[in-house]
Amino acid sequence: MDRKDAIVKYALQMGDHALVTGQRLSEWCGHGPVLEQDIAITNIALDHVGQTRSWYQFAAELEGKGRTEDDLAYMRTEPEYRNVLLLEQPNTDWAHTIVRQFLYDVFNYYLHENLAHSPEEGIAAIARKSLKEITYHLRYSSEWMIRLGDGTELSRQKMQTALDNLWMFSGELTQMTPLEEFLATLGIAPDLAAIKPLYDEKVDEIIGEATLKKPGTTFMQSGGKLGRHTEYMGFILAEMQSLQRQLPGLKW
Amino acid sequence: MNLEQQFQDKIDQEIKIEPRDWMPEEYRQMNIRQIAQHAHSEIVGMLPEGNWITRAPSLRRKVALLAKVQDEGGHGLYLYSAAETLGASRDDLIELLHQGKAKYSSIFNYPALTWADIGAIGWLVDGAAIMNQVSLTRTSYGPYARAMVRICKEESFHQRQGYEILLTLCRGSQDQIDMAQDSLNRWWWPALMMFGPSDGESTHTEKSMNWKLKRKKNDELRQHFIDVTVPQAEFLGLKVPDPLLKWNEEREHYDFGPIDWEEFRQVVAGNGPCNKKRLQDRIQAHEEGAWVRDAAMAHAEKRSKRKEDALTNRVA
Amino acid sequence: MKKEWPLWEVFIRSKNGLSHKHAGSLHAADAEMAIENARDVYTRRNEGVSLWVVESRHITASNPAESESLFDPAMDKVYRHPTFYELPDEVTHI
Repeated sequence: MDRKDAIVKYALQMGDHALVTGQRLSEWCGHGPVLEQDIAITNIALDHVGQTRSWYQFAAELEGKGRTEDDLAYMRTEPEYRNVLLLEQPNTDWAHTIVRQFLYDVFNYYLHENLAHSPEEGIAAIARKSLKEITYHLRYSSEWMIRLGDGTELSRQKMQTALDNLWMFSGELTQMTPLEEFLATLGIAPDLAAIKPLYDEKVDEIIGEATLKKPGTTFMQSGGKLGRHTEYMGFILAEMQSLQRQLPGLKW
Repeated sequence: MNLEQQFQDKIDQEIKIEPRDWMPEEYRQMNIRQIAQHAHSEIVGMLPEGNWITRAPSLRRKVALLAKVQDEGGHGLYLYSAAETLGASRDDLIELLHQGKAKYSSIFNYPALTWADIGAIGWLVDGAAIMNQVSLTRTSYGPYARAMVRICKEESFHQRQGYEILLTLCRGSQDQIDMAQDSLNRWWWPALMMFGPSDGESTHTEKSMNWKLKRKKNDELRQHFIDVTVPQAEFLGLKVPDPLLKWNEEREHYDFGPIDWEEFRQVVAGNGPCNKKRLQDRIQAHEEGAWVRDAAMAHAEKRSKRKEDALTNRVA
Repeated sequence: MKKEWPLWEVFIRSKNGLSHKHAGSLHAADAEMAIENARDVYTRRNEGVSLWVVESRHITASNPAESESLFDPAMDKVYRHPTFYELPDEVTHI
């Protein structure tokens, strides 16, 4: 694997995380539990789609094959997408959405904190800008974890169910793929083993404050970062790419 | 001078009425009804466009549409807040909407079937709404007028993004041009209906005008809308679906064909293609959000109680 | 349990050097949420650098029925304004 190729692939993976999250969160727009939160969750969706564009633009330029951000978003297939499985899981309800975002935000925060110091300036610049947004995302999802975990009996049950359902998808975040290992040896992206203890500590802290129980299962699902997805992914792309697939090669 | 005369006097002098000022009960009720109807329109209006967010054909369009639909949520919020200054609670207003007792703009009972509809909604529906809203920045009730100023400022990008979508389609492939024309065919007449029935037939007009709740008449706004919109359609190269549409040199306005008010009445009465779906979506979101709202409140109460207990213990 | 989130008033400092100005209101379960909602609702277009939120029920407002006795007496106190005092043109910087 050469350096440039690895950076392009990594930027695509980062963009894929952001796009799939943004896509899922944007499904809430118009359907939130209360008007103020409808607006709040849409702001977060906007942050993620904005980050997607930064990563894809960076990848496209570095790749130098004349592809655009939209080619990357709309003309790649399921196995070419390298987002983690966690992010493609459906919104289900506000509890599942909050838990999914929280598990991701913690990781995303430490990841970006590290990437902000990457010697690869293109990566560092995007990370620095995104970090401000992600810091807020983490604050938002942590507060909602606590609010709903330590709210009513019903809300605690719903949050526990969501946590139990999504937990097995959280491990993939800190599992290294060959690509990530390669970049870590070059010092461009972090060794995720170093992020794992920080991740665990923060997740434990908030789960505790939310009076929730950390799931006992330790078996973790993975594959998203290698292009093996859950059944949901096909539908996400089918919906998102429908127009571009129907009438390809046009300006919109 | 009695209170009612003083009140009218203020309005005549263009002095705004503020929340704690004396006002006739009917003025209060008319304002609540009008503001709530306006707020509901913003919220229900999120749905037809919202249904295209996940399918927007480019990332740039996706962020623009997300931001736009979100703005509508914000506008609904500003307006509910204005109604709340008159003593109506947002929950009660939403309850009336869900029971089918409050109105919202009937245009949102039409479906957004193609991507071009997102363009047409921005251009025509927002365009028509802006005509009305600009005149409402001078409405007599202060909080309503201020909300409208804020809304108008934010709305200006909505219409432009709609027109830009159509412009791109109309400069594109034949499939795209057909899509744009089809969309204008479907949205033109409903957009004209947005201004409401002719003033002769509208019951509230006179009082609304005297109290400056409404600043311009329905027909006047509709004519103005047609006059500015027809040249925009021509620039796109699209044909307005009205065989009687013609510039009248003498009036210096466009003449246009008769509006099918029977269709309007049917859609208002609940027989539009999407009335049931729109309300169902709103009700579902509200009901599924109930446990979230309750839990947040319960948590806030627990937390403030803990704080109090901690203070008491320290004192003891 | 059916309980609406309390109403909060939002004040925004649009830039340093200016005071906070009333922007509008919103609903939130607690103060932290009110700040966040205010940020999402009222500062989406760079409208501010600082926010205040206060629960609406804590605001005491003057009564419009008393506005004549409260505010009209200030109208004839022209001696509070600099233009009330006549100085010859030769005197400058004052």
